[in-house]
Amino acid sequence: MDFTILILALPLLSFLILGLAGMKMPHKWAGAIGTLSLTLVTILSYCAAALYFGAGRNAEGIFAPITPYNHTWLPLGGTLSIDMGILIDPISVMMLIVISTVSLMVHIYSLGYMKGERGFQRYYAFLSLFTFSMLGLVVATNIFQMYVFWELVGVSSYLLIGFYYTKPAAIAASKKAFIVTRFADLFFLIGILLYGYYTETFSFTPGETLLMSAGAVLPIALALMFVGGAGKSAMFPLHIWLPDAMEGPTPVSALIHAATMVVAGVYLVARMFPLFIDYAPEVLHIVAYVGAFTSLYAAIVACVQTDIKRVLAFSTISQIAFMMVALGVCTSSNPHYGGLGYMASMFHLFTHAMFKGLLFLGAGAIIHAVHSNEKSQMGGLRKYMPVTHLTFLVACLAIAGIPPFSGFFSKDEILAACYDYSPMMGVFMSIVAAMTAFYMFRLYYLIFWGKSHYEEQLSLYSAGKSTHKPHKPHEAPLCMTAPLVILATITTVAGFIPFGNFISSNGEAYHIHINPAVATVSILLALAGIALATVMYIRGNSKLTTAINKALGIFIEAAYNRFYMDELWLFVTKKIIFNCISRPIAWFDRHVIDATMDMMATITQKCGNIVRPMQSGNVQSYSVWFLSGALLLALMLIFFT
Amino acid sequence: MTIPAQFYLILAAVLFFIGVFGFFTRRNLISLLISTELMLNAVDINFAVFNAYSHPEHLEGFFFTMFGIGIAAAETAVAIAIIINVFRNAKSIHIKNLLDLKH
Repeated sequence: MDFTILILALPLLSFLILGLAGMKMPHKWAGAIGTLSLTLVTILSYCAAALYFGAGRNAEGIFAPITPYNHTWLPLGGTLSIDMGILIDPISVMMLIVISTVSLMVHIYSLGYMKGERGFQRYYAFLSLFTFSMLGLVVATNIFQMYVFWELVGVSSYLLIGFYYTKPAAIAASKKAFIVTRFADLFFLIGILLYGYYTETFSFTPGETLLMSAGAVLPIALALMFVGGAGKSAMFPLHIWLPDAMEGPTPVSALIHAATMVVAGVYLVARMFPLFIDYAPEVLHIVAYVGAFTSLYAAIVACVQTDIKRVLAFSTISQIAFMMVALGVCTSSNPHYGGLGYMASMFHLFTHAMFKGLLFLGAGAIIHAVHSNEKSQMGGLRKYMPVTHLTFLVACLAIAGIPPFSGFFSKDEILAACYDYSPMMGVFMSIVAAMTAFYMFRLYYLIFWGKSHYEEQLSLYSAGKSTHKPHKPHEAPLCMTAPLVILATITTVAGFIPFGNFISSNGEAYHIHINPAVATVSILLALAGIALATVMYIRGNSKLTTAINKALGIFIEAAYNRFYMDELWLFVTKKIIFNCISRPIAWFDRHVIDATMDMMATITQKCGNIVRPMQSGNVQSYSVWFLSGALLLALMLIFFT
Repeated sequence: MTIPAQFYLILAAVLFFIGVFGFFTRRNLISLLISTELMLNAVDINFAVFNAYSHPEHLEGFFFTMFGIGIAAAETAVAIAIIINVFRNAKSIHIKNLLDLKH
């Protein structure tokens, strides 16, 4: 498996080439270099997966982890050292496939979407940087390497959100994303340091004796790491950066803020899962409750947003929360006794990456066609954009959980795991799943059905009431529709992958079987959600919609404003932290610490001013000083001896 | 009858302080040079007197006096050369012209 180093080296190389020489080459070359290197990476990733899973299970019936590379980077004394290397195990291979596939699709798609943009080469350089860091994150051999790449991912996310750096909203969004995730990463770092200090290693799998000595600190360290993961994965209340991150180019949202980077938190919990389940099951329960609340919150907010990318952003938050819940409801590392959630979470991560990437790319095609994010500018697009329409529909069906699309299988496993944990959790998550179906189909109908904004404008124009001739929506070019079709195909068939045979909580094979009761309930609920959305939105805003909106007036207003979470954060940071803590500290710094230093400088300066006239350069005055000194010494000699 | 040593020493001290006073107060470079010569000569007298009165069997003091006179001559030559240069540049031998060298 030595070739796996290339999976990391190629994107880094293409980042360096594009970053250093990109501006000197034409757009086509830059796109070609980025896409070519990603194609190679994708091929290598699939080879790695085929070789790894093809090699079969070892004597204990699990896929043994392989570390083709592991070099000590920084020895820290004792047994503690920071290593850099590559770890190949079932979940990292699965992530390699997900990242390389979605990234390749985004690279191809961006050839069309970003065509002619200023900074096209810069865009591809950042994409390569992101892909490199994300791949490095998933193949990390230890928690510290993961942290290093975790931050790199954060930086590339910041760079790409702020890609349109002349747009104030984009700059604000990129800063917000960076600061919020950085704030969470602080806890992650503290967690890592606690973990490293007490277990004397940064490895994911310390020995039993080391873990025993860590004892009571381990749950705290793991909980702090989860806070870091929650920041990256946009869990409530650290979710505020993700909706704003949609200011970046849409393919970036598809790659970073839907499919790969935001699941890093889930991946982190999955990576540390053996420790969570054995030493800190209570932290896992917190994960489950945080996830459950986030999923409901995001689903409610997604139901009323008007910007299609924001709907998708909240839907992403909700779906990632599903994965977190699935990890949290695990009560055992044996997949047959309560460890089902682990497999379900990874399965959902895989399918979600595909269909959410598809949804975002579809949304990008729509935005490309109508030049707006607002749903009011859309409607009736199914005639104009047939390919986008069909692939979007496939993704909506998948996320809603309708068989045979992939989302059904993974979500069904999550719900089954929730029902195993407690009926309350199961019912709760089923309701959220129904809401998922509702808001996705609301979005679908608002975009593709109902009155066409274009036709309305056209009739106004031809009737002479409008001087502005509307722009006719058109289907996206081939390099944009091809990724849509590929992802839609994967979404359609991915559910039939025997996922449990590859990944399960303790490595033993687990045969996925659909629980008929759970499956029936979730299909019925999804259909109910779709039906409600159909009634309410198929012809634009119906009477029923208006009635419901009126009945829930304040509630909808609050949900539209995301329950004022952003304002709450602003209040806490600006009014409380800045005014009550930062300002006094700044005052103390300015007026006490700085003033002390200033005073010393002033005294020195004053003294200098006093003695300066002595150094006049005038020989005569020098000799006066000299003589007085000599006389003084002579007097001292006379009187003091 | 020999002249007591104090007479010589008083003469030397008076000469020295005349030189010091001249060095502090005069603004003419030539006067300064003369003042320096006065101080040097006062010192020379001291050397000679102490040698003659306290260690008549030795000659080091007289030698020092000779050296002092030689150095004074050399120093005068150098100083006069500098003063001539100052005069050539500034058409004056006032001491403030030397202050300009600071800049």
